[in-house]
Amino acid sequence: MSARRVLTLAHLYPSLMNLYGDRGNIMALRARCAARGIELQVRAIEIGDAWEPEETDLVFIGGGQDREQRRIHQDLAARAGPLRDYRDADGVILAVCGGYQMFGRSYRDIDGDVMDGVGVFDIVSAHPGRRFERCVGNVVAMWEDDTLVGFENHGGRTYLNEGAEPLATVVAGFGNNGGDGTEGARVRNAFGTYLHGALLPKNPRLADRLIGLALARRGGEAALAPLDDHYESRAHAEALHAGLRR
Amino acid sequence: MPPPPEAARARAALLAGKLAQRASRRLGRGGTALPGLVAERIDDRLVERLAAQLDAAVLVTGTNGKTTTTRMLAGILEAGGRHVIHNRAGSNLMRGIGAALIAAADPGGRLRPGAAGVFETDEATLPEAARAVRPGVLLIGNLSRDQLDRYGEIEAVREQWRETIAALPPTTTVVLNADDPSVATLARAARGPVVHFGIDDPAVAEPPLDGQRSLDALWDEETGADYVYGRRYLAHLGHWSCPGANGEGPSRPEPGVAAREIDLAAPGGLAFTLRTGDGESRVGAPLHGLYNVYNALAAATAAGALGLPPDRVAEGLARTAAAFGRQEELLVRGHPVRILLGKNPAGVNAALRTLTDGGPHHLLVLLNDGLADGTDVSWIWDTDWETLSDAASLVVGGRRAADMALRLRYAGFPEPLAVERPIAAALRARLDALPPGAPLVVLPTYTALLDVREQLGRMAGARRIWEGA
Repeated sequence: MSARRVLTLAHLYPSLMNLYGDRGNIMALRARCAARGIELQVRAIEIGDAWEPEETDLVFIGGGQDREQRRIHQDLAARAGPLRDYRDADGVILAVCGGYQMFGRSYRDIDGDVMDGVGVFDIVSAHPGRRFERCVGNVVAMWEDDTLVGFENHGGRTYLNEGAEPLATVVAGFGNNGGDGTEGARVRNAFGTYLHGALLPKNPRLADRLIGLALARRGGEAALAPLDDHYESRAHAEALHAGLRR
Repeated sequence: MPPPPEAARARAALLAGKLAQRASRRLGRGGTALPGLVAERIDDRLVERLAAQLDAAVLVTGTNGKTTTTRMLAGILEAGGRHVIHNRAGSNLMRGIGAALIAAADPGGRLRPGAAGVFETDEATLPEAARAVRPGVLLIGNLSRDQLDRYGEIEAVREQWRETIAALPPTTTVVLNADDPSVATLARAARGPVVHFGIDDPAVAEPPLDGQRSLDALWDEETGADYVYGRRYLAHLGHWSCPGANGEGPSRPEPGVAAREIDLAAPGGLAFTLRTGDGESRVGAPLHGLYNVYNALAAATAAGALGLPPDRVAEGLARTAAAFGRQEELLVRGHPVRILLGKNPAGVNAALRTLTDGGPHHLLVLLNDGLADGTDVSWIWDTDWETLSDAASLVVGGRRAADMALRLRYAGFPEPLAVERPIAAALRARLDALPPGAPLVVLPTYTALLDVREQLGRMAGARRIWEGA
């Protein structure tokens, strides 16, 4: 193992897209890297800030309200090409809730205004209008052979275009749209999901997967030493329970 | 002559409400909302009919501090000789307001002449409450993220408030926090008089934020320009301005009522100089923390808007006791116990700030995910628990105890001595592990507060929550 390993995470719009405990995801990545002797450097990318894809190992974007999404829209649109190129170069991405919607092809907000997304995921999202209830509650979903747990709170519904892969299958909750049983989207090393909670602290396997993929892309060893996840497992089990009694 | 059906229905509703009140008291349930719920089923206009008899009515809303502010305002008015009807137990939906009015009405549906109504009002209930109660004064304390699972988005709450204010008659005085840009700018919608309150004291300002912190008010909705804080007191409360593209954006309004020369460590609690248009007076209150200066200031401003002279306001404030559960001390098995309600980032951060001295503390942190707590517990990741991570010892409880324990481990807290979902078990483990005589700090969410307070109260012989409601 090399003496000092560093991963760089670009956190998109941390002051605007941070609605539901999203900074917990950064804390989890940082702590789980540190436990393996890896330093996670976090670069905040706010509106107008330069982003260097070549120096980036992970991209994270959290959730925001409609008004924050309108606020970042133009700035994010200008980054669409570089973000898709980064995805195609197997860059690791985690996009949560509002960020997930904006990383799709398009998003129609509650007022019917349509915004282009960055097109990392082959999905479209639309808010069905004020008369429709938001999708709110605990979620349990199957991801590979494990469960993902979290909380969703979104007005918009998301649909996968043909050929697009969901991240997970809903066991309890709404997921992408409350109809087709899909939750989130996955393409190459890009992960999109409606789950917050925060997501990564109590889904440590997903956190480790993101770190492992980022290391592998740098030519490193993707397998990570196991950690004592006593508290993580309990929190996961408790959230599972909360989701299943829903 | 038989009474008209409408009056008969009103009487039946009132009677049913009173019977429900008596029944639930007998069951030991307190029944802070049930009577209102029962009466609401029979006559959905009962609140309107009863409230119309009030000599003055005040609605108090905001994310944090509603209960304390309402209680202080009621205390000030009572000290001023008014008969006050208010939803003392923090039951702040229509049924809670209804229950308070039902309890105060005689069997004929009459309130005591000259009575004032002071009602804590849930953020989402404000539109309905304002239509029914027709307040002479509407007070809004602050707005931040809270229970987004229930309220939707913060902006939706603000929009409801804006529409409510716009629909008020010009005779209603609107009292707003000048230091909260989301609240202060609601003045634009008012048709009647507006009074702003705020803090003017550089000594209690916080250092500037690092860029990663989340604030709940970042830019002005109308001009789109970012808020700039010359001084920040708590969360997003402070001296803000909004330069805008051409320097013409809004800025913090000069408060008509202000707190200056604040002393957070005054004997017996806090003290400050209350400045109004009529002059200055020194005020003390048996409470702690800067957020309680805001609560006291809000109550004082509303009392002033109701015509109470400043010296009576100061006197009433000083006599006010800490609102139930928000901040109180009990003695249990020889341990002084302090309970600080916390159910959203701004509220918990403010509570944690009052604990930075006198530590390290023995803590019991209780996280429930009921409707009244917020079913979404992700807010614990937006809260700065790190400020208290030098805790002496920790026990975690509640239905989401494991989530809380994980969050606190991330914040650098010591390994919890116990993580117990049942609150009774967590409390037992906590008390058993305290050194003799050591003070205990309890940080519960709302339903956890009710639970732990009842159990502590039984041990300490403290008053029950609904007493006097």
